[in-house]
Amino acid sequence: MKSRSNLERVLAAGHFALTGELGPPQSASAEVIRKKAEYYKGCVDAVNITDNQTAIVRMSSIASAAILVGLGLDPIMQMTCRDRNRIAMQSDILGAYALGINNILCLTGDHQSFGNHPTSKNVYDLDSIQLIRMVRTMRDEKRFLSGDELKAEPKMFIGAAENPFADPFEYRVVRLAKKVAAGADFIQTQAVFDIPRFSRWMEMVRDRGLHERVYILAGVIPVKSARALEYMKNEVPGMSVPDELIRRMEAAADPKEEGVRIAVETIQQLREIPGVAGIHLMPMMWEAIAPVVAERAGLLPRPAPPAAGLAPASEGPPAGA
Amino acid sequence: MIVAERKSLDEILAMLQGCSRVLVVGCGTCVTVCMAGGEKEVGVLASLLRLAAQREGRTVEIGEATIERQCEWEFVDKLAPAIRGYDAVLSMGCGAGVQTIAQRFGGVRVLPALNTKFIGIPEKQGLWVEMCLGCGDCVLDRTGGICPIARCSKGLLNGPCGGSQGGKCEVSKDTDCAWQLIYDRLASLGRLDLLETEFAPKDWSKNRDGGPRKVLREEVML
Repeated sequence: MKSRSNLERVLAAGHFALTGELGPPQSASAEVIRKKAEYYKGCVDAVNITDNQTAIVRMSSIASAAILVGLGLDPIMQMTCRDRNRIAMQSDILGAYALGINNILCLTGDHQSFGNHPTSKNVYDLDSIQLIRMVRTMRDEKRFLSGDELKAEPKMFIGAAENPFADPFEYRVVRLAKKVAAGADFIQTQAVFDIPRFSRWMEMVRDRGLHERVYILAGVIPVKSARALEYMKNEVPGMSVPDELIRRMEAAADPKEEGVRIAVETIQQLREIPGVAGIHLMPMMWEAIAPVVAERAGLLPRPAPPAAGLAPASEGPPAGA
Repeated sequence: MIVAERKSLDEILAMLQGCSRVLVVGCGTCVTVCMAGGEKEVGVLASLLRLAAQREGRTVEIGEATIERQCEWEFVDKLAPAIRGYDAVLSMGCGAGVQTIAQRFGGVRVLPALNTKFIGIPEKQGLWVEMCLGCGDCVLDRTGGICPIARCSKGLLNGPCGGSQGGKCEVSKDTDCAWQLIYDRLASLGRLDLLETEFAPKDWSKNRDGGPRKVLREEVML
């Protein structure tokens, strides 16, 4: 094992994994994190903590993830390249590991023009692929990006994102291969609504044998309304939403129930695709629905986490987080 | 060329508050070509300033001069006789021009009339686009002659990110995804293999992050 990550343990044991996304609050309230974490307890193998998603300022990913560690959950700290340079990133990775965080998801990050500080200066000192390699070098070669020696390495399970719905389509799998070569252990994809396109992408993934070198978790968003789907289709770059899904949501008497049904059906279809190692649920601030979807998709109970806990044994979990 | 754009008249007037003798100085090189600060634009701005003063019942003297290049001593020196008696120079050159005049003439306020935008090209009449960031370490040999540093909104070296769709950038449907352009160009050249290799992190010390940059060439020094 490369890390003490529960997610790595579950995947390595050959289980079909389930992760969920938790969006930190636009406030200093730890209570919000604790409440949302309750929905995920016993329901997923690891919890993604977004890093100022859509460039809106929220509680930091590290702090939120540390709170989850204190609650016995396995957080996946998301880290974007938008806001920090290589110095801050390495420093935060060391600090995150010291706080008991065992997973990192390396992302490019949404452009700041989407968020609530569009006049800010972006960083992008590294891109996501360079970030993946940097974490791998820190973990496996015990070296900083500078080449300097690193005495106690951060044993992180390294994740990356890939979007099969972005363009150029033929290149997406090449970029995935670059991420795997750079050191990605697992991949979480953009939300899948367009199963045929996702299947074609997975075919290319298998042609390159990448599914044997990296765990691929397919993204699923449970939606509440037809409007939400239309918004994603028209306003969110890099999403593919078939019109028939929108029509199905429009025709539904109970759109929330229909949204759950679609999510459950999507999960069942994705599970049939060879090379898909798990599901990544992105409830978009509707965390309460995660246990419902997990239950109805037949993904519960989850494999029990190890009795010894997830934090580094020598350091122990942070007191009270 | 350096592409610039004139500041609003209100901003220029606010800058000039308290100045009664102003010399508007144009530049005959880049900003003439991009129609922001050449002789013609000097004439227009000077007229606007005179009109504004008249409307407010103030007496100001607005002079006009245009030199070949505001960023070279030999041309800036020629301003010496013209500049006498003025309490401000309103430069219509790029940022380099404004600073060269300020450095040469210590006793006079030198103010910028333009916002210097970028190194770019006129894509068509009336539209200029950025092409180069002057990063100090050119990568165009590996990217099909299309610069991801200047033209990708995130400056990614291993793009495109997940926000590229239909050839457009996630930031705006009016902006081409630089990495889609790179992909198409390399595909047409039969060099998609260049996109299989990983770009290492960029050495930003060659950019302005290392402080103001200098090029020193002893073989051409006098």
